Amino acid sequence: MTGRPHDPARERVLARIRRALADVPRHERPGDHPVPRAYALTHGERTAAERVALLAAHLEDYRATVHRAGAAELPELLTGLLRRRGARRVVVPAGVPPEWLAGVGAGAGVEMVPDTPGLTTGELDRVDSVVTGCALAVAETGTLVLDGGPGQGRRRITLVPDHHVCVVRVPSQVVDSVPQALGRLDPLRPLTWISGPSATSDIELDRVEGVHGPRTLEVVLLDEAAP
Amino acid sequence: MSRTYVGMPAFPRAAARAVDDAVLRANLRRATHTIRDRRAAAVAELADWAQLRTAAAAIKDRTLRHLDHYLLRLEENVTRAGGTVHWAADADEANRIVTRLVRDTGEREVVKVKSMTTQETGLNAALEEAGIRAYETDLAELVVQLGDDLPSHLLVPAIHRNRAEIRELFRDRMGAWGRPAPEGLTDRPAELAEAARLHLREKFLRAKVAVSGANFMVAETGTLVVVESEGNGRMCLTLPETLISVVGIEKTVPAWRDLEVFLQLLPRSSTAERMNPYTTMWTGTTDGDGPSAFHLVLLDNGRSDALADVTGRQTLRCIRCSACLNVCPVYERAGGHAYGSPYPGPIGAVLTPQLRGTASPLEQSLPFASSLCGACYEVCPVAIDIPEVLLHLRERVVEGGEATVRGVRTVVRPARRRALEGAAARAAGLVLDHPAALRRAQRLLYRTRGLHPRRLPGPGRAWSAARDLPPVPEESFRDWWARTRGDGAGRGGTA
Ligand code: SF4
Repeated sequence: MTGRPHDPARERVLARIRRALADVPRHERPGDHPVPRAYALTHGERTAAERVALLAAHLEDYRATVHRAGAAELPELLTGLLRRRGARRVVVPAGVPPEWLAGVGAGAGVEMVPDTPGLTTGELDRVDSVVTGCALAVAETGTLVLDGGPGQGRRRITLVPDHHVCVVRVPSQVVDSVPQALGRLDPLRPLTWISGPSATSDIELDRVEGVHGPRTLEVVLLDEAAP
Repeated sequence: MSRTYVGMPAFPRAAARAVDDAVLRANLRRATHTIRDRRAAAVAELADWAQLRTAAAAIKDRTLRHLDHYLLRLEENVTRAGGTVHWAADADEANRIVTRLVRDTGEREVVKVKSMTTQETGLNAALEEAGIRAYETDLAELVVQLGDDLPSHLLVPAIHRNRAEIRELFRDRMGAWGRPAPEGLTDRPAELAEAARLHLREKFLRAKVAVSGANFMVAETGTLVVVESEGNGRMCLTLPETLISVVGIEKTVPAWRDLEVFLQLLPRSSTAERMNPYTTMWTGTTDGDGPSAFHLVLLDNGRSDALADVTGRQTLRCIRCSACLNVCPVYERAGGHAYGSPYPGPIGAVLTPQLRGTASPLEQSLPFASSLCGACYEVCPVAIDIPEVLLHLRERVVEGGEATVRGVRTVVRPARRRALEGAAARAAGLVLDHPAALRRAQRLLYRTRGLHPRRLPGPGRAWSAARDLPPVPEESFRDWWARTRGDGAGRGGTA
């Protein structure tokens, strides 16, 4: 077996590396080599409202559709988005507050599919939409980050369906920058950073939306201050 | 199915052929110029680009100077999180490990997400020999695979194909690989992307094993990072039961926090975006979400040889953003295939001779595939002084000297004089479009080295403040060649 200390390839690679580094002074410890971090931790000072506005602008720049709602309007908004899409089957992971989708389901002819381990990729492929929350959003880059926490589900449920509706609580879930985002995230969780719908520039460098991930990304900014 | 670069003609011959191909040249020119302009705008958005670049270079140097330490930490943390780490000293070892791991699952096919390291090792051919079919899933890689072709750009491997050619390939070849292209396919990019979506989806949904590369590995946490656009990476990284990642040892960074530098530099430098559409980060395995088995294959394959070269070591900082390709006048004219490896352009010209040694004509000619204009250094987000490394490698080719080859310190003999003159002269002829004018300009520049400001004054400042001007190399190729052809090359020339 490989991967353990008696692996000859491992010993060989490590020995080569150590020989290659003969010029590094013996007293230099890992971490001694200086890293000047003179770069900015955020690019500009913003109020909470400006931060949210920048997030919206950057999301739209990469062709996500952005909606705003207070808690009271959210159910109607989500129902409308799913109806407009003609969604009949919608995946909803555990932890999505039931009131969000109070208007969907009964009577609307929409089947809510829970994200269970038994949900196969084939079944998932026949789902029309997915509604999730997120861990945080990054204003400067227009990025949503999902970490598998409550209301986010397994990574595959935001990948296979063609329509993703993601709810961001603003302003509390919005950070300015990538450095701030990393500081808030837990590396031991599986993380998915999403900046706009999937895209490719592989054909003569034209950005084309939608290759394998959801081709439509709708973001709802849920205003925590509104009723 | 997968061709390799083995037996490629030396750079000048391959390049001359490419230069004759008008379609290829037009495709390349249009593509590199488009991406170049967009990139400049994306970079200009960050006032602290120069500081990010300095930090990135320093983080990579910090890692490389203690690479053994950081690899052991990485191994420990990946293992603790449920992954298994394997070590491969060379390409064959890596291919054997991956083949065995796939066999152990009982599967006969794998899906792959862009991994230059597995192109470097020739994994697809090795798997095929073992009766395992590998499906490339990047749109561009798919184009390359269907066309039985070789990639020609780090980021856009099918940059040498235009949409009409892609349509033809899809129409004629998709059926042989799985779901055929839809009837009446046109060459609209959106339609071509849709055809790829349908063709690949059935493969993703049934795949049990995936092979990937990675952009970064965090020693402190054991986290791997894949940066992508299309979503095929997410498919490969999350749907299959077994994930095998083959990653060069130099992709390590010490700390989680270090990602804040690279995640700002890489998307802007490579695709000219604030952020690429998808980035996946995973640490070992997670119960109930994603693959239940994760294998990391750490690949040396010449990297420790490059590490042993104090001048060449900086090459290992490379984050494969491909910015240096898009600004390179030689790449634009010669095309990616002329470089004879998965690493084309300026980075290929310095990396390939270090990974493989300089014993054969292709590797000997690569350091000459440059006009030393310095544009590659100027755009490089990790500040690799490519002209400096090129000059250093030229010297090794011409004058011989000490080098580490497959872990052994060796004295390299000077290249044969005739072979060398041919290689260098033809490379130079190709490089220098207007030899006289360029010669004058270069001479002037080199002679006044030390007098050049690192920042442009006045109105140019806003732009150049974010980037260093290219430093002037010690000696131009022409001066160097004039000085050494009867001397350096001649001394051991008949070896
Ligand atoms: S050498 Fe620098 S510019 Fe070229 S691909 Fe590597 S990181 Fe990018």
